[in-house]
Amino acid sequence: MVALLGVTCVAFLLVSLSGDPAFILLPPDAGAEQRAAFRHLYGLDRPLPVQYASYVSHVARGDFGRSFAFGRPAIEVVLERVPATLLLTATAVALGVAIGIPAGVVAAVRAGTLGDRAVMAMVLLGQSVPTFWLGLLMIRIFAVNLRWLPVSGYGGVLNLVMPALALGLYLAALLARLTRSEMLEALAQDYVRTARAKGLSERAVTVVHALKNALLPIVTLIGLQLGALLGGAVVTETVFAWPGVGTLILDAILRKDYPVLLAAVELVAAGFIVINMSLDLLYGYLDPRLRLART
Amino acid sequence: MRRAWRAIGVGGGVVTAVVLVAALAPLLAPHGLGGFDLAHRLAPPIWSERGEWNHPLGTDTLGRDILSRVLFGARTSLGVAGAAVVLAAVLGIVLGLLSGYAGSWADALIMRLADVQLSFPYLLLAIAVMALLRPSLLNLVIVLVLRSWVVYARLIRVVTLSAKEREFVMAARAVGSGAARILFRHIAPNVVGPAIVVSTFQLAELIIVESSLSFLGLGVQPPTPSWGGMISEGREYVGTAWWLSAIPGLAIVVTVLGANLFGDSLRRSLDPRLRGVS
Repeated sequence: MVALLGVTCVAFLLVSLSGDPAFILLPPDAGAEQRAAFRHLYGLDRPLPVQYASYVSHVARGDFGRSFAFGRPAIEVVLERVPATLLLTATAVALGVAIGIPAGVVAAVRAGTLGDRAVMAMVLLGQSVPTFWLGLLMIRIFAVNLRWLPVSGYGGVLNLVMPALALGLYLAALLARLTRSEMLEALAQDYVRTARAKGLSERAVTVVHALKNALLPIVTLIGLQLGALLGGAVVTETVFAWPGVGTLILDAILRKDYPVLLAAVELVAAGFIVINMSLDLLYGYLDPRLRLART
Repeated sequence: MRRAWRAIGVGGGVVTAVVLVAALAPLLAPHGLGGFDLAHRLAPPIWSERGEWNHPLGTDTLGRDILSRVLFGARTSLGVAGAAVVLAAVLGIVLGLLSGYAGSWADALIMRLADVQLSFPYLLLAIAVMALLRPSLLNLVIVLVLRSWVVYARLIRVVTLSAKEREFVMAARAVGSGAARILFRHIAPNVVGPAIVVSTFQLAELIIVESSLSFLGLGVQPPTPSWGGMISEGREYVGTAWWLSAIPGLAIVVTVLGANLFGDSLRRSLDPRLRGVS
């Protein structure tokens, strides 16, 4: 909550510093009276602290002001774009988990082999390739050369493949690296030896005993990386012309549509905080020891 | 000696090479930065049929030599990211030492600030700040420092906390050393190793952030060459002149990969427990 208030405050100050919308938005030949009327209409003629207080009290009631560009409530403009971004981010997380965790497990079980080295090399590469460049490369190969997938836009499942991969591969690399090191640690524990000694299959030992214990840091990492994913989504969305919150934010910047920009940034920040809080609750489920510690 | 070489590794070699290229860009580049050659627009690289030695990596939409722009772009990218890493390291180390050694309200304040910073999707913050503050190199560095100091501060705080309890600090206190002397003579040397390792990884990360911002038009502004900006300029031609964006992207990947490898090998040689583990 404090974090959110801090964010609104910083964002609000930056917006006020960046210039007078009455000069940016009205045509250059508008008269002084028209500018004054415009400022009065949007409450820009009041002192800054008053503007901020009124902004926060409106936001608390769910009113983010009207979009300068569309004349509609800013929150409405932002909410329209949320499903597309959620779809993209969720698919990217799913892809990252589906690729990263198995790759990490395999690398840990076969530590030191060629397969392990291959996974680690891919991890290093995955962490070093900028998302937007990977996206452009994929467009060139899969859309232009091979014509398997549409270049950009929104609609079918095929449109989702490239943006989600571009966004998800970085997470996959991080997850593979962490899963590998956590699994190596877990596999060296006594309970794994016990599980082997009582004759469980190697598969049951790795998946049920070792992976389950390695899961907690992995969930933490996913939570921490969500912020980076949401930021990355902004870049990925622009590359693939994906009509989500990210493209909206960039459009709002170009149009100087500050109510929309503020509403979008705050909504994303709030979403990020809520997700991290729910992950905190998930810890108790994953690790019963934490349940006791908290009460 | 062999240990020193192993600590530097392939990654260190790559990073050194890129730094040299950046420093010597005016000598190495076949063309100057002002060179427009409208007769040779969108020339392909030499390995394609129509390639010319005059422009080994081809030219962009204005007929500017891509090789030269990539070389000069190394200056921009390394300069911005490097400056940010140094500033963030100084700021983060000072705050981390203070936070770990002084404790109480200073610690609470600094760590709270770090939490606020981390509880927000950084790239989004960077985009908003750059959009509202007008993109300039100085603002770009400030935004990158904003990201990076937290990483140093948190790490250095932990190192300081554990160093504080060690015998040599207790001995120093027993002989009557002041807080400043203990902090700089006895605790600070312990944080140098971890700080260097973190710096290499931060360099890698900040180069990616800088290029992302420049790609969005919110970082380095044209005509100053930057890798992210070049990729953005080549974006519309990805179907016809793919090398416009592919080549600067490759420069980013090589540099970032080098910095990441460098960090890995440094960490392994500084942390004996990791030695021998791949």
